[in-house]
Amino acid sequence: MRKFKEFIVEKLILICGLFCILVVVLIFIFLLKEGLTLFKTVPLSHFLFGKNWYPISEPAQFGILPLILGSLLVTVGAAIISIPIGVGCAIYIAEVAPLKTKEILKAGIELLAAIPSVVLGFIGMITLVPWIKTIFKLPTGLTALSGSIMLAFMAMPTIVSIAEDALYSVPKSYKEGALALGATRWQTIWRVELSAASSGILAAVMLGIGRVIGETMAVMMITGNSAVIPTSILEPVRTLTATIAAEMGEAVVGSEHYFALFAIGIVLFLISFAINVTADMFLHKK
Amino acid sequence: MVEKFIIQNLDIWFGSIHALKNLNMQIYANEILSVIGPANSGKTTFLRMLNRLNELEVNFRRDGSVKLDDIEICKMNIELLRKKVGMVFALPLPLPLSIFDNVAYGARMHGIKNKNKLRQIVEDSLSRAYLWEEVKDRLKTSAFKLSGGQQQRLCIARTLAVNPDVILFDEPCSGLDPISTAKVEEAMLKLKKDYTIILVTNNVKQAARVGDRTAFFLNAELIEVGETGKIFTSPFDRRTDDYIRGKFG
Repeated sequence: MRKFKEFIVEKLILICGLFCILVVVLIFIFLLKEGLTLFKTVPLSHFLFGKNWYPISEPAQFGILPLILGSLLVTVGAAIISIPIGVGCAIYIAEVAPLKTKEILKAGIELLAAIPSVVLGFIGMITLVPWIKTIFKLPTGLTALSGSIMLAFMAMPTIVSIAEDALYSVPKSYKEGALALGATRWQTIWRVELSAASSGILAAVMLGIGRVIGETMAVMMITGNSAVIPTSILEPVRTLTATIAAEMGEAVVGSEHYFALFAIGIVLFLISFAINVTADMFLHKK
Repeated sequence: MVEKFIIQNLDIWFGSIHALKNLNMQIYANEILSVIGPANSGKTTFLRMLNRLNELEVNFRRDGSVKLDDIEICKMNIELLRKKVGMVFALPLPLPLSIFDNVAYGARMHGIKNKNKLRQIVEDSLSRAYLWEEVKDRLKTSAFKLSGGQQQRLCIARTLAVNPDVILFDEPCSGLDPISTAKVEEAMLKLKKDYTIILVTNNVKQAARVGDRTAFFLNAELIEVGETGKIFTSPFDRRTDDYIRGKFG
């Protein structure tokens, strides 16, 4: 009887595990099936490098270059803002902060991660967007910069918590070894701890960027959603994710437009897959 | 004999634990002072007090006076103190760098940039630590490729490279085989000509082999300190005798 119980539990867990993998595989197959259909009528190069996204004009054009550049611009902007602040914050929490401050900061960071992205987008729309408009004297504050700033807030919790873990797991003896040689606190952090934790910190950065690239709601609300190739960070852009979210509702099922949105999904999938794999490589590098 | 360290009425606490009780002693220049005692006797606390590494602990408190060359160490610049009082740890701790960079690390940190000078310092330090001959052809390889004993001598070289006066050894041979241990001990005996050496060890025989004087700690107190020969043949205190004979600890 006991053996039977063991058997049942074991198999149940196995089924749970397989189910997760199955779901991923099914999603991927579905995505591929729907997305690749587009390339029967639209050549891949026109899709990837076409400069115009006019999905419902006659004839329709499905060039996602402006969308890719939009996503890239917002992501790079967010990375530039969030990486120094996030890593700095992680260093402060892991190495410098007194115990009490540390607890408060960690709780704060977790809280930041818990804010729904639509709320973040909403707050950005009400506060940040008008500021950007007046500061840079623009016709509209809905720009790539606004998106970058808001997304930086979304990437930060990931970066901070994973980088902090990486720094925390640097053996204490490294730190003592450097200090015993007469290194200052800053020299120890910079030359020893950061270099020992570098792979973990890189992984943190990659995962943070992964989060930014996949983010939809906040960017859709505050980047202006105009599908033109951006020339500066102070222009409205449209990202890959926002395009799918905004247009899926009105695309006719089975039309070229519908397939094109799935093809965008494949591109996004590949990008986040690549980022996650890279992060994983850094995380498990020894 | 010139007094290097003068310690007066020193007490150390970690939170509610009284880790060193009313310590009074002198450490002389160019001697090897061995420190022995069972676990939790305060010998490591004693050692880490000399370069103020105890201050990393959150609940650390101290009272009393410790002078290095007649200057109170608490009033000294902490980086300068640690430069003068180098430390070699129980486990060899090479940094994730090449052999050369490991040794040059401290010197670079203290502002030496000239390449020839750095090379000179590295060669000099490695020679003094009896490692130069073994690694001179592969200075660019990772320090992790060295054996445990070589890594420990690398750490000694790294400490020497910042040109200290005093070197603290915290059970430097606890993870080493007898041959590597012999090499490290040989290095220590040669080094005492130029440096003051304080050696904390769990190996009583090692204390007898290399120490000029030996201090015995028990339960956070210094039981006695004296010439190594005397401590090992006719100690004042019975507890010292018991410990050395292996009756406890």
